[in-house]
Amino acid sequence: MKRILPTIILLAALLAACTDVDLNAPLPTGDTEHRYETGINVDAWAQIPAGEFYFGQHEEVEATEAYEIMLTDVTAAQYAAFLNEALAAGFVKLSDNQIKGFYPGDAFHSVKHEERIDAGDWIFIPLNDPAQRVRHDGATFSVQAGYENHPMTMVSWFGAWGYCNYYNWRLPTEMEWEKAGRGTDKRPFPWGEDILRANANFYASRDPFEDMSSFGSRTTPVGFYNGQTYDGYATINSASPYGLYDMAGNVWQWTGNVYEGMHYRFLRGGSKDTYDMDLRLWVRNNATPTYFSPGVGFRCAR
Amino acid sequence: MQFIKDRFKYLFASTKGLILVAIAMIAVVTAVWGMLSGPMAELGVREVVVKLLGMKMVQAEREGRIIILYHSIAMAVVAIETYMVTSLLKMKPFYKTAINAIITVGYIVTMIFGLGFAYFGHNWAFHGLYISGLSLIFFAGVLMVIALWPWDKEFYQPDADYARAKSGLDLERLAFFVTALTTVISALFGAIPGSFFGNGFETFLAENIIRYPEKTTMEYSIIGHLHIMLALIAVMITLIVGRWLNFKGILHKFAMPLMILGAIVLNLGVWGVVTPLEPVAHMIIYVGATPSMVAALLLLIWSWAKLIREGTAHLPKPRFGQRIGALLRDPLKFGPTWQMLFMNFTTSGLGIFMAVKLDEIFRVWPAREERIELTGHWHVLSAIIATIILLYYGDMLKLKGKVRQLYGWSIIVLSDIAFAGVTIFEMKRLFVTEAAQQPLVNALMYAIDFGLGMLLALLAVVMVWRLTDLLKKKGRWTEEIHQELSQEASK
Repeated sequence: MKRILPTIILLAALLAACTDVDLNAPLPTGDTEHRYETGINVDAWAQIPAGEFYFGQHEEVEATEAYEIMLTDVTAAQYAAFLNEALAAGFVKLSDNQIKGFYPGDAFHSVKHEERIDAGDWIFIPLNDPAQRVRHDGATFSVQAGYENHPMTMVSWFGAWGYCNYYNWRLPTEMEWEKAGRGTDKRPFPWGEDILRANANFYASRDPFEDMSSFGSRTTPVGFYNGQTYDGYATINSASPYGLYDMAGNVWQWTGNVYEGMHYRFLRGGSKDTYDMDLRLWVRNNATPTYFSPGVGFRCAR
Repeated sequence: MQFIKDRFKYLFASTKGLILVAIAMIAVVTAVWGMLSGPMAELGVREVVVKLLGMKMVQAEREGRIIILYHSIAMAVVAIETYMVTSLLKMKPFYKTAINAIITVGYIVTMIFGLGFAYFGHNWAFHGLYISGLSLIFFAGVLMVIALWPWDKEFYQPDADYARAKSGLDLERLAFFVTALTTVISALFGAIPGSFFGNGFETFLAENIIRYPEKTTMEYSIIGHLHIMLALIAVMITLIVGRWLNFKGILHKFAMPLMILGAIVLNLGVWGVVTPLEPVAHMIIYVGATPSMVAALLLLIWSWAKLIREGTAHLPKPRFGQRIGALLRDPLKFGPTWQMLFMNFTTSGLGIFMAVKLDEIFRVWPAREERIELTGHWHVLSAIIATIILLYYGDMLKLKGKVRQLYGWSIIVLSDIAFAGVTIFEMKRLFVTEAAQQPLVNALMYAIDFGLGMLLALLAVVMVWRLTDLLKKKGRWTEEIHQELSQEASK
């Protein structure tokens, strides 16, 4: 028995590790008709004035022109509405269970590890991935009930670029993104110096949408951390100095820079799946522009 | 007063006492600082520790804090290896005393004031003392290079069973010398950029800039430094294990030239990273790593064959099971080379797989996934070296019978569970999507935490035992105070 016991424990652990994850587990309200409303206007834009700010961990002084940036990440409902318009207008096409759109391509410099991004149709979003919250019934795009006001995820850089481009907007540059989150002082987080669990959605932050014993982290509605209390769960108002929400945590956000000699696109803000250290405003992440994930979204600038 | 003087003499003037102090210091730092990250942070333990100890965790200083923490632990490991070398190899007594004294002051000053500076507010006097500690360690390294000079006829190898040149030059001593010399030189690749800190050079973690096509010379220098220092610590522990087990014979004669060649080429490749040779530096590194790894493999073959031979000497015709039983009968002698072999599954093999499939698989994933692979990779490598030291320490303690079995097998099994868990965690994206990963992540975290937690608990038991032993008048320490590792190396 002594010899069998460790084997049984090991097998039990392995079986537990193979458990299927219910990606459609009920939302914390327990009712898809009743979702948490944050009261934040998802169509609003923040005005960022021209001027200098502290950029990066080592606080280099940089400057931007004036611009506007979305107050929240683009929501799943906004993206579904875009797809309905864009498909009808021929801006995107449905092919092999993917939404694709035209991208004019990047200059190629033959740098080590650099890959070609040629002009052509590139993936915007996959439709057959179980983690995708946007659905297509053959005619119309819609959002899985309850996720309408959550950030649009499972979207590639091309899909983010395409959304902004369709409305004659653009993805923010890394500098624009950081200034919008940081303001003009040296704070590491949009709201200030320190991070608490009620500030943002990050790994093991114990928000109502998370269950680390089963499906793990999930997105929270955009603007969730606004000081409101949801069924007893009290959040801290964590807007940036310019009033932006979710600039730390929830989902990584694609930025617009295309750098010479590399095909990677940069992501900012950390996500529901990262530790708090990745939520610091200067932290950079990057991925190939075709990458999509349940922890990646975007917002636009103009 | 005599009570304290005797204990102080044991702890700071004898090889085994010095090793005990360094292991205890590492154990304390690992236990306390291990509570600041990972699952401990998730559970809220970090917040309690930070408040309790009055730590000042400035967000912008995290990377610098971590670098000082790594250095604090690594310097204690370097000190342990140094004590082992000065006790295993012949050298003039003055050098042995000087090296041990200087490196002891060096690593303790580095650890105390480094961690004081990094985690308890920026007192710049502490930073100065931290740098002074590192400088002392460097100086001890220079002295060790002088002490290991192999062309002194006094240190020539008279026994033809060991690798030696026609002149009698001891090739194993030459391997130790080359490793020590290149370690001292490679330290400069970190020290020089470090001296520009705040003056054109800013702190960074290599894993965060891995994908940037343009890096500065100082960044390349740091990246080279961290890679080669860990590799050289691994090469040195391999040489130490060889000496401890009394590696000799035909395989020794092949292994030592390979070890020397490997160390030199490996270093040239890594140093080349900051020169125009950078584009081919990786190829030189692969070329250099191969003979080093082959030499370690020869040590493994020799030591396993010896364990089997000695364990079955009483049997006229040993069966396969009896041979395996003989191989496994002493976990402290089997463990070090097993851990080296296991390292090939968890770090070397994985590293090669990553290199081969880099653009096809690993660089399709986000940089943060690649960071997990890189940090997991060298955490496991460092920890494997630590377990090899602990196995040797168990032998130094002359553990016998069931205690020896329990101590040895606990280290091997618990650490390997943790390392296997880390390895699967690093590679999880190959077989599970982000959306579906949580059950696997949870199971792996349990395995990793169980392995490492129990290993630390075992270490704590050993430390408490040693502490109580120190309180005894005729404790084990009174015997250890005069023992040298060279006298105890296997015959």
